[in-house]
Amino acid sequence: MLDYITSYLSSNTTPGQAGNVFWALVYIMIVFGGVSVAVMAMNWLERKALAHFQIRLGPMRVGPHGLLQPIADAIKLLTKEDIIPAEADKFVFWLAPLIILCASFTVYIVIPFGPTHAITDLNIGILFMLGVSSLSVLGVVMAGWASNSHYPLIGALRSSAQMVSYEVAMGMAVVSAILMTSLNKTGTGTLSMIGIVQAQQSQQMWFIFKFFPLGFIAFGIFAIAMVAETNRAPFDLPEAESELTAGFHTEYSGLRWSLFMLGEYAAMIAVSSIAVTLWLGGWLRPFPNTLTGDTWDLVFSLIPGLLFLGLALIAFVGVVRMPKHPYFRIQTVGLAGFGAVLGLIGLILFIPPVRDRIQDIFWFSAKVAVFMYLYIWYRATFPRYRFDQLMKVGWKVLLPVAIGVLILTAIMGVLL
Amino acid sequence: MQPVATTFFFYFLSALTVLSGVLVITQKNAVHSALALIFGLLAQAGLYLMLYAPFVAGVQIILYAGGIMVLFLFVIMLVNLERAQKEEQFNKQWLVGVLAALALGGLLVAVYLKGGQLFPQHIAQPVESSNTQEIGVMLYGNYMFAFEIASLLLLVAIIGAVVMAKKRI
Repeated sequence: MLDYITSYLSSNTTPGQAGNVFWALVYIMIVFGGVSVAVMAMNWLERKALAHFQIRLGPMRVGPHGLLQPIADAIKLLTKEDIIPAEADKFVFWLAPLIILCASFTVYIVIPFGPTHAITDLNIGILFMLGVSSLSVLGVVMAGWASNSHYPLIGALRSSAQMVSYEVAMGMAVVSAILMTSLNKTGTGTLSMIGIVQAQQSQQMWFIFKFFPLGFIAFGIFAIAMVAETNRAPFDLPEAESELTAGFHTEYSGLRWSLFMLGEYAAMIAVSSIAVTLWLGGWLRPFPNTLTGDTWDLVFSLIPGLLFLGLALIAFVGVVRMPKHPYFRIQTVGLAGFGAVLGLIGLILFIPPVRDRIQDIFWFSAKVAVFMYLYIWYRATFPRYRFDQLMKVGWKVLLPVAIGVLILTAIMGVLL
Repeated sequence: MQPVATTFFFYFLSALTVLSGVLVITQKNAVHSALALIFGLLAQAGLYLMLYAPFVAGVQIILYAGGIMVLFLFVIMLVNLERAQKEEQFNKQWLVGVLAALALGGLLVAVYLKGGQLFPQHIAQPVESSNTQEIGVMLYGNYMFAFEIASLLLLVAIIGAVVMAKKRI
């Protein structure tokens, strides 16, 4: 038994490929926990950043700078009364949030946080991700229909039309990236997520810069389509509050509503990871080919620790700037403790064995975090589209451009 | 990669497929039928995975469960379900039904009894790691012409749908 557990550690593959059930379960737990924590952090960051965009303070009361606000929200949502409308279809109403949650968490099976840090590496990785994440539209449609109410039904209809149309442009953009993986000696590409990153490594180029500007345009199309896929601003018509109150989840409350939110944020992280894997080199650090050598390796491996130390420094600046009134004493101590934890994590990341193992995961998460910030930025910046404009952009702009890029990529691949 | 608990998953997925297939025809509400159909299709995708055909499984999920069933639900939601629920669920066609059931049952029994000789005894070597690549080479190499004809057919169907849906383009 113990041998079964330890044998994986020296195998140098993902647990799924090694066929090790124990480590697969451990990885699943870690990913599930990590994503849930990331969703909570994202929730806080979104409210905070959005408030600062609008020259407000955002949550300030629960914990220092509102740091405990997500936890307070979670407790509130869990203890709220669970309401099912009298005329609703109870079973479908119950099933819809579960489908969204399952669809958005199942895709994490194939996301490669590093060459060995994925739950498994499927031969159909990217196809699996697109397929399973497209299942979440079923949950949206079911939620809208089961609520037996006007706003949710209109929201669900809008949402399904939007998601189905943007999936097409998204798929075309993805195909042009997969086409680039086949530019090797054997001439066959790969759909495996790990294989796609390794192709970028062996071609010594992130696919966003490949055949410039073709890779860049494909990436741009994906970046637009993925915002529409996750129903986020400026494409958040299914939940446009000025017209439809909250769209398909108007009738949901308490725990079920929080499941919708969890699913939405998990899906945002998942599609961002697709973009990072396909175009931004996945777990590869910046400039792996030009800035080589032991010195550069050392410099880049110190960045995770330095980042956490910087965060700790910001927290301590916050401690110093906290008002000196006795009312704020607990908050000051709390913020200092938070800073100390961040600093400790930073110091742990400097230990050489940890430093080497954490690097892949750090670069992948950092790239995904940029996308997460972009989501907030879009929401603060762009006004919402009208529905006919949305359809026009999807079908008449993104899709033809994506097909053109695909054809040009194929021609370039044959010529070069 | 060594598969885990193959027998259990085979019977689990098969039972799920059969159960949801029965639910599709017995449910009175059309939306419930469609949901049962989705579960059946997903279980089938699992069975394809067990047969070392990951590409077919992925396409099954992305096309049937994700694409076609969404359109099904889309249409069903716009139909007046209350009128449909008052209509009779089964057509009383006992003679045809009994004949079809007997024919299919006889086929099942025949395969069960003689299946050993009908199918090859040895198990085909699974080529899971290059399955997708081989399908790609087949489609764009050996069966290029048939593939192109099929895609042309689909294009005609798309244009036809647009022409029928819109009087003035």
